[in-house]
Amino acid sequence: MSEREPLFSSKNMKLLRDPLNDSNPITVQVLGICSALAVTVKLENSVVMTMSVIAVMAVSNVVISLLRKTIPPRIRIIVQLTIIATMVILVDEILQAFAYEVSKQLSVFVGLIITNCIIMGRLEAFALANKPWPAFLDGIGNAAGYGVIMIIVAFFRELLGSGTIWGFPVFEKIGLYDVGYVNNGMMILPPMALITVGIIIWVQRSRNKELIEDN
Amino acid sequence: MNSIRRFVDKIKPNFEKGGKFPFLLSTFEAFETFLFVPNIVTKKGSHIRDAMDMKRTMIVVVIALVPALMFGMWNGGYQNSLALGIERTLLENFWFGFLRIFPILVVSYVVGLGTEFIFAQIRNHEVAEGYLVSGILIPMVLPIDTPLWMVAVATIFAVVIGKEVFGGVGMNILNPALTARAFLFFAYPTYMSGDFVWIKGLMKGEGIVDGFSGATALGQAAINEPLLNTSGNTMSGMDMFMGTIPGSIGETSTIAILIGAIFLIYTGVGSWKIIFSVFAGGAAMGLLLNLFGGNALMEIPFWQHLMLGGFAFGAVFMATDPVSASQTDRGKWIYGFLIGVLAIIIRVLNPAFPEGVMLAILLMNVFAPLIDHYVIEAHIKRRLKRAKVSTNANSI
Repeated sequence: MSEREPLFSSKNMKLLRDPLNDSNPITVQVLGICSALAVTVKLENSVVMTMSVIAVMAVSNVVISLLRKTIPPRIRIIVQLTIIATMVILVDEILQAFAYEVSKQLSVFVGLIITNCIIMGRLEAFALANKPWPAFLDGIGNAAGYGVIMIIVAFFRELLGSGTIWGFPVFEKIGLYDVGYVNNGMMILPPMALITVGIIIWVQRSRNKELIEDN
Repeated sequence: MNSIRRFVDKIKPNFEKGGKFPFLLSTFEAFETFLFVPNIVTKKGSHIRDAMDMKRTMIVVVIALVPALMFGMWNGGYQNSLALGIERTLLENFWFGFLRIFPILVVSYVVGLGTEFIFAQIRNHEVAEGYLVSGILIPMVLPIDTPLWMVAVATIFAVVIGKEVFGGVGMNILNPALTARAFLFFAYPTYMSGDFVWIKGLMKGEGIVDGFSGATALGQAAINEPLLNTSGNTMSGMDMFMGTIPGSIGETSTIAILIGAIFLIYTGVGSWKIIFSVFAGGAAMGLLLNLFGGNALMEIPFWQHLMLGGFAFGAVFMATDPVSASQTDRGKWIYGFLIGVLAIIIRVLNPAFPEGVMLAILLMNVFAPLIDHYVIEAHIKRRLKRAKVSTNANSI
């Protein structure tokens, strides 16, 4: 038996760190775009959404990893779905109990975490072939990578679209409306979320040339 | 002239490699080639010499836009004088409009060219001349009361998101000027539609003549009211043709736009196929809707549809943009015809978007490469078929 790997070995930390930048689920793998467009109108919503995704992803990654030797390959997708769905229902119930307003605004999108391509993707690609601890880190890392983009997009959309940050009227307090400023209504519309994500991808790729595909 | 040449030659070393400001080379070159014909010649291969390079093409379009712009300036003053009940002479009206529109032009050019220069510097490109036309088109499709900072924001959006992300001039999928307008339309709807934005002074609501309405013809038709002009009489076909109606700066006067169209077609810069087929498509769809009737918008005679709103302006100056339009001859007919049809459909059947021309052109911009693809495929198939027939004939 080989020597035990330390809990935070560099290989394990890489699982946590990479999805935040070089293999970000949204900007590099282009997964999970749907909810990034839908719930990023307000910062609060997207933070709650991010936390829900982190919870669902970490737990289901661990569970699948524990069961990886007992799940028959032919029915693995349905088993994964069942586990994700259970987690999503739990998260939804918790949100409704403790953050009712937010859960009403997120409405159907909490339920739709089930279909979030990132989660299924990581279960298939990572958790099914790895031990629970790396799977846990991978889940946290990918969900956080998703969350970082969500929060950046939501920050700009809320600031420019409604003039607020976390509901606090920033532009009104510094008196921007008095000099003729008007909120940008397009920021509230989904197309602008897509464009914002596009700009983030642009910035990221011009900083890291390795991400640019040759064609 | 010679003194300018000498001055340019004198400061040139500063911008070349090893000079003081090598990073400003593309800026310098832009100004030099603006002033003088470049002295660089193609070294190998055959090539055609023609006086119509990019800059001359652009200048032709700008000249073609001048009648509509001049009229827009006069109309800006004229509509204001009607609204506030002031008597003004022709020149006073023009001057009033000029004072409002000139700042918009300046902002559009300064901000747009500034953005282009910055990108050219970062990427070490030459500064492309594409913005010369967009810079005059953007103000002409805006209401006269648009705040200047909105013009600036929209211009940056159009140049960066509409053009630079695709690789700069010549690579854009969408028409930049319409991108700017679409951005403003969705971002600041209260400043881009409604009854008050088309005439200077209405936003503040001061001293308006009794019973006066600043709504555009399409705005009135959308709420099922009879078409009235700004003085309260029925809007006649002549009003629409001359352009003495409220609307965006450059779009109201069909006759001024037609003068520009003739100039564009005569110089060969604008495609008559596109212009003609847009009008044909609009007329066909208008006629069809006339047959059904039903509400005020559907009952506008089809020939008036072609003169209202931005239809003529879009057909002549926007749809013909050589970069975003179809490239093949057959494609141009399809592209233009569909713009006409779609513009009237959106305008009439979806009153929330009275300015259907903008959306129709942007939509067809997206489809133009697809149209070209199928036109070329069909062409290849036809030729192949002919080739096969002839080889068969030979074998017999």
